[in-house]
Amino acid sequence: MRLTIPEHEIMTPGHLACQGCGGSLAMRYALKVFGKDTMLSIPACCWAVIDGPFPYTAVNVPLFHTAFETAAIMASGIKAGLMVQGKDTTNVVAFAGDGGTFDIGIQAISGAAERNDDVTYIVYDNEAYMNTGIQRSSATPHGAWTTTTPVKHYKKGPKKNMAEIMAAHRIPYTATASVGYPEDFCKKLEKAKNTKGFKFIHVLAPCPTGWKYDPRYTIKLAKLAVQTNYFPLYEIIDGIHYKQTIKVKERKPLKEYLKYQGRFKHLLEDEVQFLQDFIDENYGLLSMKFE
Amino acid sequence: MKKTMMGNYAASWGAQLARVQVIAAYPITPQTLIVEKLSDIVADGELDAKFIKVESEHSAMAACIGASATGARAYTATSAQGLALMHEMLHWAGLARLPIVMTNVNRAMAPGWSIWADQNDSLSQRDTGWMQIYASSAQEILDSTLIGYKVSEKVLLPTLISFDAFFLSHTMEVVDMPEIELIDKYLPPYKPDYKMDVNDPRSFGALTDEQYYYEFRYKMQKAMDEAVDIIKEAGKEYEKITGRAYGLVHPYRCEDADMILVTSGTIADTTNVAVDELRAEGKKVGNLRIRVIRPYPKKEILEVVKGVKKLAVIDRNISPGYSGIFSQELKSALYNEVDIPVRSYIAGLGGRDVKIEDIKDMANDALKNDAPNDLIWKGVKI
Ligand SMILES: Cc1ncc(C[n+]2csc(CCOP(=O)(O)OP(=O)(O)O)c2C)c(N)n1
Ligand code: SF4
Ligand SMILES: [Mg+2]
Repeated sequence: MRLTIPEHEIMTPGHLACQGCGGSLAMRYALKVFGKDTMLSIPACCWAVIDGPFPYTAVNVPLFHTAFETAAIMASGIKAGLMVQGKDTTNVVAFAGDGGTFDIGIQAISGAAERNDDVTYIVYDNEAYMNTGIQRSSATPHGAWTTTTPVKHYKKGPKKNMAEIMAAHRIPYTATASVGYPEDFCKKLEKAKNTKGFKFIHVLAPCPTGWKYDPRYTIKLAKLAVQTNYFPLYEIIDGIHYKQTIKVKERKPLKEYLKYQGRFKHLLEDEVQFLQDFIDENYGLLSMKFE
Repeated sequence: MKKTMMGNYAASWGAQLARVQVIAAYPITPQTLIVEKLSDIVADGELDAKFIKVESEHSAMAACIGASATGARAYTATSAQGLALMHEMLHWAGLARLPIVMTNVNRAMAPGWSIWADQNDSLSQRDTGWMQIYASSAQEILDSTLIGYKVSEKVLLPTLISFDAFFLSHTMEVVDMPEIELIDKYLPPYKPDYKMDVNDPRSFGALTDEQYYYEFRYKMQKAMDEAVDIIKEAGKEYEKITGRAYGLVHPYRCEDADMILVTSGTIADTTNVAVDELRAEGKKVGNLRIRVIRPYPKKEILEVVKGVKKLAVIDRNISPGYSGIFSQELKSALYNEVDIPVRSYIAGLGGRDVKIEDIKDMANDALKNDAPNDLIWKGVKI
């Protein structure tokens, strides 16, 4: 089998992520594919810390740290600056958390998507505001504990469907990915790299610190999320052509995914069933769109 | 070449002459004409720039920051609510030490909705690390844009150029447009020592603990200090090619004055006329226009006012709970240096017209009354 994951490493060791951080893996793969001719826009999020304190850096490509809600437009500004100087080939990548994407940054993302600015936006989704200490975001799933959705008032209501929102902008490329499926993720990164216009990749990035699980289960959970249909892997071309990239023959029960994570520990049988039904319904709706 | 134009268009043509490379802007009255004109200029190929039509002012400033970080010359324009929305990114541009130039049409903050002249929008941004210029003619708007880039790119601090809504943004004036060949010599392409470069990968604005942050602030302050002389030099150099001189303060008939009025923006222009009339009545009054408020031209102000018996400040702005902002700053500049009484007037908020008569009233009031009063509201109807 041909190795689809580039061997070279651009990201260095010595960064500040927690042991087992899915978000740091996401960056490692992203840089492997995008290569040295890349510039990063990173807003407030765990990655604002992971890269290391001034004057250190772990990414080995130019990185502009920016305000929480500006990852997308900062990338657009950088791209525009490069274009007027004839540096058209440089890839500009916004790399942001779910809070910076689903919540506070959505306006600037929508703007950049509508203009079809030639940048790639990668959201590493750990389903809460981890940098500030595990507060809920609109990417937090139903049932989850966070510090602002305590057990007595755990998160109610579904996770915002960001891929659908992006597809509705009719951008050339939208994809979901998981750090548990690196070949699939890298292929999608490669497609994004080779597509002109606004590209959006939503990568599930398990977080042992925030999800309350043993760090050795990061990859296991990143796989189980897909195998339970909790986080289906697919891509959307031009906002209308849906293609499932990892097909799940027989979905595993959601329980398998939940049981490793302390954030779901309080859920009773009926709530787990509610969540299971919701996941199945969601997947049913999505699968009708697959070509 | 001389052209009759609105103040707003003087900003657009200033940006064109500066050969800005990236423009990111969002419309707001009374700024709209500036960016509409620039859209035309870019669309017609008269300026080789990329215009990002952003979805908000917050994004406009962020885009300028990104572009500037790569070494491109970036420009935007806004007013009031738009400037306030940018606030977070104004600090970002300042602390990232990026030489962005922005035009702001001074307009009152809402509510109530007002689109008329008032300096509270830009003065609320005083402490964001931007140099701040207050223009009082269309010519000065154009010229300040060019001088602004010259200075900004030298000291690595952004420049905000503000002028009064409608009184200046929408009135016509004859403006001399310098020849582009002259400007190209005056303002060569921006070539920063540090920028985002894939051959020299660095991280900008990373996590900074107290071991470094404090020194960043110190260096910013040093840059502001240096900027005082650099603004003067840039003004002199500009005078050589255009014949028009710009400093940080512009005194008018101050040499032998007993009392000096301290003003800014369009009120300063009206004040010059009031001064002439008062002089004709035998009153020895002068006008000191503060053109640059950051860096604060303390030394330059003291040079003009020392020996004068009284000062009277007219502020088209208010720091609620204290006083007019130019007045506060003037008083703090005098303290420990000279003992001159200062009377402080508020006038023209929300675009209320400040006429020659009004200025003469304030001047006569100041001439008559010795004891400095905290705050006098000219013409308040309560
Ligand atoms: C305007 C603004 N509001 C709030 C914050 C504080 N803040 C910094 S990071 C963060 C949460 C980031 O969450 P997410 O985007 O999900 O990234 P993660 O930390 O989970 O990697 C918050 C609330 C900020 N920096 N700026
Ligand atoms: S808190 Fe979670 S996302 Fe943040 S560095 Fe740690 S493991 Fe990674
Ligand atoms: Mg998060």
